[in-house]
Amino acid sequence: MSFEIPIGPQHPIHVEPIMLRLKVEGELIVDVDVDVSYLHRGIEKGLEVRPYIQGLYLAERICGICNCAHSLCYCLNVEQLLGKEAPPRARYLRLIVEELSRMHSHLLWLGHYFHTLGFETLFMYFWRDRERVMDMLELITGNRVTTAYNTIGGVRRDLPQEAEAKLRRALDYLEERMKYYEKVVDGEPTILARTQGVGVLKSSEAISLGTVGPHLRASGIRHDVRLDDPYSGHDEVPFNVVTHDGCDCYARVKVRLGEVVESINMIRYALDHLPSGEYRLKIPPLFKAPEGESLARVEAPRGELVHYSISNGGTNPYRYKVRTPTLANIFSVVYMLKSRGDREVYIADVPPILGGIDPCICCTARVLVTDEARRKRRILTLTDLRKYSQGGRRVRG
Amino acid sequence: MKIPGYFIAEALRNLFRKRATILYPYREVDKIHVPEGLRGRIEFDREKCIGCQLCSRVCPAKAIKVVQDERGKRPVFLIYRCIYCGQCAEVCPTKAITLSRFFENVALRKEDLIVR
Repeated sequence: MSFEIPIGPQHPIHVEPIMLRLKVEGELIVDVDVDVSYLHRGIEKGLEVRPYIQGLYLAERICGICNCAHSLCYCLNVEQLLGKEAPPRARYLRLIVEELSRMHSHLLWLGHYFHTLGFETLFMYFWRDRERVMDMLELITGNRVTTAYNTIGGVRRDLPQEAEAKLRRALDYLEERMKYYEKVVDGEPTILARTQGVGVLKSSEAISLGTVGPHLRASGIRHDVRLDDPYSGHDEVPFNVVTHDGCDCYARVKVRLGEVVESINMIRYALDHLPSGEYRLKIPPLFKAPEGESLARVEAPRGELVHYSISNGGTNPYRYKVRTPTLANIFSVVYMLKSRGDREVYIADVPPILGGIDPCICCTARVLVTDEARRKRRILTLTDLRKYSQGGRRVRG
Repeated sequence: MKIPGYFIAEALRNLFRKRATILYPYREVDKIHVPEGLRGRIEFDREKCIGCQLCSRVCPAKAIKVVQDERGKRPVFLIYRCIYCGQCAEVCPTKAITLSRFFENVALRKEDLIVR
């Protein structure tokens, strides 16, 4: 006898509204249905009706935590349309701020992850250390979270005089702390019991489900946009791609811990080798982009982020499409939550598994789920979608 | 099974540490470190403004209204809509707009959140 248990849209383990309909037999989960469409905000349409310079700030607000990745991706896209490239100093400064925001995102995730496991002390420690990163972001960019640092053709301000010394001090402190956290994660029985062997996703499954980012690297695949498609000085700054062969939630924790250490080293190298010269190109605020299309990829803290735009020669993009990492990873959650064969998934495993992908629902909810006038929700099939996209008649439900 | 020894040591050490938080907003307000270059409330200098309206055209939040006064066109800043991106200050050709470090933009009346 099976029951259906809804988790969400509002639930203590979720930071954002997401609906998981779990079909359970006793404690075992046998089937899952995910609904991420509670936060549709119409941002893509909003980008189409704004001039490029205004769109920059809207794109930044797709996600609060990875705002730096979104604004960088937007800028790379528009620069590609304009046929321009940011000067070397700007690329290094972009890299520094991007890595800082990756550290802030990972520390936030680690804290929140242990919070979902019920380990509140570690949550407090991580968030206390994250404050150091936030202070650095505030010092360099002028704001704690929404940095508004990248702009079309470079960055908006140079590194302040006193920032370098402060940044190095903060990095030293964080490096020491990360060593300590590695020890804690390896040695705490509470963490090991809740994460090891939970949410197993083998390498082949991770690839076939199209996962990205730290989630994919925790399944032992060496994939990183910074390595495969260097976009902002990543071909000059050396770094290791952190992978782990554990394929479980423990591996996901380890990968993110390792990535924070890598980010620290990358920022140090970038500070040592910071090129001199201009930090932004002179581009008028209101401009027309030439006709064409562009696609940019950025390794956001959560994984590969893709922005695609079409310009018809006007002041606004004709079409703007965003593919966020959580959308790519949410399918693997459905897969991991189902019990199959000797793999048993219990209701208590839902928080570690869902939390393990670092879900960001406000990023994801951009897909149209039709809500008809009859207040009846339905999901379009592939054939329907094809008809819809080919501009034919409106599909009837 | 490993013994969680180092975690207990850290927990004990934290008992004697100084508190990491600041008792804001009623006490220790002066302890808050606001860095140079923080983007806070907009300040506007009417003397410098030439009425080009560029700020209103780039504002992503539509927080800048253009009105007519005795000296010509001028912007009015609706702080309650402002997202503190600082794009208006960046494009201003005469630097009539600056972003101050004042960040406590809370008011009981809407008029207090309008910079003229």
